[in-house]
Amino acid sequence: MSAAELATSPAARPLRHVSTRFLRSELRLIFGRRRNQAGLGILAVVPLILAITVKVSTPRPGHGPDFLASITSNGLFVALASLSIELALFLPLAVGAIAGDSIAGEANIGTLRYLLAVPVHRTRLLAVKFAAITIFSLVATLWVSLVGVAAGLALFGGGDMTMLSGGQIGMGPAVLRVVMATVYLGLGFASLGAIGLFISTLTEQPIGATIAVVILNVMSFILDSIPQLSWLHEWLPTHWWMSFGDFFRDPVAWDGLTRGLLTAAGYALVFWLAAWARFSDKDVTG
Amino acid sequence: MTEAGEFAVATAGLTKRFKAQVAVNAIDLLVPRGSVYGFLGPNGSGKTTTIRMLLGLIRPTSGHHRLLGRAMPHNAGQVLPLVGSLVEGPAFHPYLTARANLQRLDSVDRHADPRTTKVRVDGALDRVGLLAAADKKYRAYSLGMRQRLAIAGTLLAPRELLVLDEPTNGLDPQGTREVRHLIGSLADDGATVLVSSHLLSEVEQVCTHIGVMHVGRLLTQGPIAEVRAVSEPRARVETDRPADAATVLRALGLTDVVVESGVVVGTLGALVPDKVVAALVHQGVPVTGFAVAQPSLEDLFVSLTGEGFNVSG
Repeated sequence: MSAAELATSPAARPLRHVSTRFLRSELRLIFGRRRNQAGLGILAVVPLILAITVKVSTPRPGHGPDFLASITSNGLFVALASLSIELALFLPLAVGAIAGDSIAGEANIGTLRYLLAVPVHRTRLLAVKFAAITIFSLVATLWVSLVGVAAGLALFGGGDMTMLSGGQIGMGPAVLRVVMATVYLGLGFASLGAIGLFISTLTEQPIGATIAVVILNVMSFILDSIPQLSWLHEWLPTHWWMSFGDFFRDPVAWDGLTRGLLTAAGYALVFWLAAWARFSDKDVTG
Repeated sequence: MTEAGEFAVATAGLTKRFKAQVAVNAIDLLVPRGSVYGFLGPNGSGKTTTIRMLLGLIRPTSGHHRLLGRAMPHNAGQVLPLVGSLVEGPAFHPYLTARANLQRLDSVDRHADPRTTKVRVDGALDRVGLLAAADKKYRAYSLGMRQRLAIAGTLLAPRELLVLDEPTNGLDPQGTREVRHLIGSLADDGATVLVSSHLLSEVEQVCTHIGVMHVGRLLTQGPIAEVRAVSEPRARVETDRPADAATVLRALGLTDVVVESGVVVGTLGALVPDKVVAALVHQGVPVTGFAVAQPSLEDLFVSLTGEGFNVSG
């Protein structure tokens, strides 16, 4: 140790109460990782394929997801059609991979014990991990929209948008609504990420946690499609995701969207607390 | 009760039970400030479990402990920034470089000054001899380099206590010497060092104190000279008539006389060594070599446990 270092006694290292370094480090880990960059690349393939295939052929009416038929009228619909395709599996899988990795990944390679020994308080660790999951979820969803908007505008052009309810809005407000719908979905996926964070505290196998998130997601969609379980539908984590189309009514149909946001917040809160209850006094032996 | 600041580590009845097995059994570990404490014991004797409890990674089944005079785990937020630790081998993100891994560790430390991160990271890497390999991915590191990087991680901030669990694992003899040297220089800086090892000879040279673990129990601890004083010196006679030599030694009152091929060993007790040689010569036993040796820690361990320094079940 040099003389300069010796002069700094341990006590002379003040605590920084507010610091974004940990969160920034998390985001660098997530977005700097090859695997995740490849995942974002795959998410971008859907809007590109969609835009190109619609451009070279005319979709038959009555087939395919919502918004598909409207693409030729306004390129913005490429983003919306892509979101409605990817919300069933691709985006939940992407968020599930990050969430599943959050604690189990660190436990798996052993870095968890070194984080806790720094020390990082366990509550802070869970808070930062969930913040990073939420940011990733928003970024991934916005990325799909961005690629969709770019491809759509390039191939089909923009202009006034015809709403699902029939009226028309200008290009500026239309883009704003696309952004709002994207953020709405991103928050929905983040609530699934909270479930993933909880599962991630139960295991040291990140892949296992990711698979569990995807299974829960698919299960939720299946239950949502069984009419006999209609009493359950509004409580399912994925039920309100398709309501993002309500942003394209005039005026915006807030009922379903509000329920969707409340459901997402409820799942996020309950499962973050479950993760905390599980992790705050867990023996870290990995 | 002892004075709060006298011991860097003080445990009282610290116990950890995993289902049926008692991994650590009511140990009272006392590591004086400023000491280099060799925490010795075979693989599976409970050293790592103890260290995990010290750092608050696992919860003791019973008992309590203080680090740097403050109760843990309640004061972990104040104490652990002063403690550098290496627990059960190195662990880093494989796809990050060594430098990025240390920066990651530094970024989660709320006591670290981001303006000095670069200087401190490079300083730590330099001190363990990894500066030239700082931009290599951790994945490409050898076991010895990984071990050094983990030690570098403990040097990112000035520490009052270093807890090093098996720091020489995977190192070649040269690396082992360097780590010993590093431990010595850290102690010279005023830090207390708790170093665990299953290789007695590796650490006994740098330690001022030792504690010996066996099947979850702390058999003995104290200043190294005191612990060694428990064991008595043994005389070693080289001769081509070992049977006769053994008879003479027993007649003189030496105990635990062991006959090997061409060598007889016995515990001297209060006897003066020259008398032994004189008696042997007087009886006409040819002595080709004679030595008095303090038992090694390994011998001491055998005498404490009645068994070798092997893996505990």
